[in-house]
Amino acid sequence: MITLTHFLVLGAILFSLSIAGIFLNRKNIILLLMAIELMLLAVNMNFVAFSYYLDDLAGQVFVFFILTVAAAEAAIGLAILVVLYRNRSTINVQDIDNLKG
Amino acid sequence: MKALCLTIVLAPLIASMLAGLFGRVIGRSGSHWVTILGVAISFFLSLLVFKQVIFDQVSHTSIDIYQWLVLGDLSFKIGFLIDPLTVTMMLVVTFVSLMVHIYTIGYMHNDPGYQRFFSYISLFTFSMLMLVMANNFLQLFFGWEAVGLVSYLLIGFWYTRESAIFANMKAFLVNRVGDFGFLLGIGAVLAVFNTLDYESVFSQAPLINTQTFAITENIHWPVMTVICLLLFVGAMGKSAQVPLHVWLPDSMEGPTPISALIHAATMVTAGIFMVARMSPLFELSDTALNVILIIGAITAFFMGLVGIVQNDIKRVVAYSTLSQLGYMTVALGASAYSIAIFHLFTHAFFKALLFLGAGSVIVALHHEQDMRNMGGLRKYMPITYWTALIGTLALIGFPGFSGFFSKDSIIEAVHHSSLPAAEFAYWLVLAGVFVTAFYSFRLLFLVFHGESRMDAHTKEHLKESPKVITIPLILLAIPSVFAGFFIGKIVFGDYFAQSIFVAEHHHAVAELKEHYHGIGSFISYAFQGYAVYLAFAGIICAWFLYLKQPQLAESLKQKLQIPYKVLLNKYGIDELYQMLFAAGSRKIGAFCDSFGDRLLIDGLVVNGSANIVNWFSSKVRGIQTGHLYDYAFVMIIGLMILLGGLFLQ
Repeated sequence: MITLTHFLVLGAILFSLSIAGIFLNRKNIILLLMAIELMLLAVNMNFVAFSYYLDDLAGQVFVFFILTVAAAEAAIGLAILVVLYRNRSTINVQDIDNLKG
Repeated sequence: MKALCLTIVLAPLIASMLAGLFGRVIGRSGSHWVTILGVAISFFLSLLVFKQVIFDQVSHTSIDIYQWLVLGDLSFKIGFLIDPLTVTMMLVVTFVSLMVHIYTIGYMHNDPGYQRFFSYISLFTFSMLMLVMANNFLQLFFGWEAVGLVSYLLIGFWYTRESAIFANMKAFLVNRVGDFGFLLGIGAVLAVFNTLDYESVFSQAPLINTQTFAITENIHWPVMTVICLLLFVGAMGKSAQVPLHVWLPDSMEGPTPISALIHAATMVTAGIFMVARMSPLFELSDTALNVILIIGAITAFFMGLVGIVQNDIKRVVAYSTLSQLGYMTVALGASAYSIAIFHLFTHAFFKALLFLGAGSVIVALHHEQDMRNMGGLRKYMPITYWTALIGTLALIGFPGFSGFFSKDSIIEAVHHSSLPAAEFAYWLVLAGVFVTAFYSFRLLFLVFHGESRMDAHTKEHLKESPKVITIPLILLAIPSVFAGFFIGKIVFGDYFAQSIFVAEHHHAVAELKEHYHGIGSFISYAFQGYAVYLAFAGIICAWFLYLKQPQLAESLKQKLQIPYKVLLNKYGIDELYQMLFAAGSRKIGAFCDSFGDRLLIDGLVVNGSANIVNWFSSKVRGIQTGHLYDYAFVMIIGLMILLGGLFLQ
């Protein structure tokens, strides 16, 4: 029998993977974007699980919204990435340290 | 009356501001007209007030103008006390100041700082009026300090001269010593009486007389003695009494008109005036009066001696001022306040006259001040000569001239005083008469008589000074002769009865009063004393040494090397102060600079804190990598800590 706990644990694992993906990734910004997407999906997993077990459709409606926004965000992120590549001719995370000030 | 007094005080202030701030706009003649107008207004209104107080008998009035601030139950006010003492001082100050203003037109006519000078002397008149017209200690102190400030500005008027800067700094610092005592005295008055108003202080004074201050656990001093001595320290600074006299001769660095205004007639008399004003306090402390007698007598005699060996014409007059201030102080010590003020009054005229006369000579000789390069000026400058002669005769107390009446009464008053120090003071002031006559006539003979010793070029251009210089001389010469005739009214009448209090057991003036039967008998009575003969002896000695046998003076100088050197070095007091106080405080200053300022403040506090921040930031800077994943990591750690904290609660 699959319980709510199983779903929540899966969500947590996915979330942790994406966090690890963000700060362990030293190479590629695309991986960074993918990790963020994965983080959103992990949250979506929680929404769907709760929606099913609490018998409330609002949670699944939210998932659609999130997926839509995530898609738009990914598009924007990739566009920024293209501009970044044009300017710096690299998408290596380690080379992008302008935040140092 | 209120509006009248305000106008008297404010007219010179406004004139000074106009000349000082808008000097360029109104030009040279504009600034002398506006300041002369301001002082003239003050003078004529003072005359009016004088008439009201003395002849119309407007009674003793204290007018409060403005409440400056309230502190608990204390209120500090600006106000005027109009009584015979005040109006006399107002007249003297405004009259001498007016003469000096007019004279300055001639003396400073090609000085680049013309407007500035007029602004300063008007400001000075304002300060002095604030001082003499005050009805409370705070305003007195304001005037006191303002006068000190303006004298600083005026002594250093030619601020490019090294010596002028030195002199004005010296005057300021020495005055500061006196002012410190004065401020302590005012503080003591405030502590004891809980008010700064003259009237309430004076009326409470007899009640407080028995109280004592605990200096240490076992030493208790009477309150009145402490207050009076502290106030007198202030007077010593301002009125240049030994040992705070050192600033006055040096202050001759300023232009001559201010020597006349500040260092002869008005500012230095502030101390004398203050003690006379505080007579209800000083009368209660015999100790303080004895100290005053001793200090005054020492100043009167020993400073006169220094005058004998000086060669700078203005310095001789300066030392004579010191000596005469000593006389006034002695009179104060003998409880003869009215005589002290009377001498102040006559002295203001003849000393201003002498200074302006000296200035006239200096201008004629193209700013030559050394008497060894003068001589024989009598025939070139008759008006200056005759007025200077009148001033000199008044100064030495020649019978009939104004100084005679005041100085002779001082000597007599000291003679009659019953204080222990009076005997000592009496002999010194008596000897001082000889000294005064000697150096005064030495000056007169060296400058106006004998052979001319200036160079040929100067001699060719030698002529009498212009009218703006000679008219003030003549106007000052008149009171120098006749001011003495008021002695019957001022000293022996009840002129000062409202303003000066004399305790019954100080009977010097009262005794003199009994013996006084008009001017004629006063003069003939003087011939029974020593003073007049001493003055004659002084004149004859000066004549013999400097006209008849000039080589004798030179050989005497050779024989009396040691006393001559001592006098020439002014008893070494200047050097002592230079070594002890000036060098000492410079050392303290250097220590504070190197240790306190450079090490503690600059090194430890200012640069130290900057260095700590620098060091800390150099350590922390490593954290800021600029890499996204580091920031994200830190964010997550932070979030975890936050959430963990929330859960654990």
